[in-house]
Amino acid sequence: MNHWPFIIAAYALTILGTVGVTWWSYAGMRRSERDADALRRER
Amino acid sequence: MHVFANPARFLKIARPLTPWLGWGGAALIGLALYAGLFLAPADYLQKESVRIMYVHVPAAWLGMGGWTGIAIASLMQLVWRHPLAGIAARSIAVPGALFTAICLVTGSLWGRPTWGTYWEWDGRMTSMLVLLFLYIAYIALADADRERGGEGRVTAIFGLVGAINIPVIHYSVLWWNTLHQGQSISFVRGTSTIDGSMLWPLLVGALGFSLLFGAIVLMRMRAALAEQKVEARLRRMAASPGTGQLA
Repeated sequence: MNHWPFIIAAYALTILGTVGVTWWSYAGMRRSERDADALRRER
Repeated sequence: MHVFANPARFLKIARPLTPWLGWGGAALIGLALYAGLFLAPADYLQKESVRIMYVHVPAAWLGMGGWTGIAIASLMQLVWRHPLAGIAARSIAVPGALFTAICLVTGSLWGRPTWGTYWEWDGRMTSMLVLLFLYIAYIALADADRERGGEGRVTAIFGLVGAINIPVIHYSVLWWNTLHQGQSISFVRGTSTIDGSMLWPLLVGALGFSLLFGAIVLMRMRAALAEQKVEARLRRMAASPGTGQLA
């Protein structure tokens, strides 16, 4: 049995999942902190 | 620990720390994955499929470590009522669930060429699946509690009680006769049955994924704190017409 398709699938899934959750968390942080700053400046 | 419970003091540390953890973790992960794919030797028994270990094992450690973090933060929230403890626990839940899911799927992909099956209802795999369900239930409970404006005490109790599954996962390979291999590394005794040429990419990867996990948790905590600030400010503006645009 060729092991490489299983290895590539495991690495691809790990990289996609890790990059996805990192980007989601980063975008959420930027948006929330921007909203908080904008509201503070409005006052 | 009490020193960092102040949100302003926490943000002062978290803001410069986030990029260091994030980029440092990404660099170590890149090195570990490259070494795992191209530098580390194949195993004499498992052949090339052993390379899945370099993503599977760090994901398993983070899944279990994540819930341990939730339990510690939940205890701090219940006992000392630290304002940041509940936020920290909720911020760990999503990345913890993700790495638990990665552990299960990569383990399944490793199992097919090694054991001849994607899944077996043995102690280690079943208890890890239970951990994923616990994470999903925790996220749903925390979201529901937040929408109702609760203090998160029920969520914290759930986080604490769910920690009973962590020693079950850890000792499952000793308690039950399973397909899953036994413990290869003991941090308590400082011993390993893995050869050095295969061990170093695993440890570098585990450190890299842990640093990135820390950065993700800090980013989610910063987002939660900023959202709280916005909600509090909007409430104050609504309560005192004439000072805000919402009036």
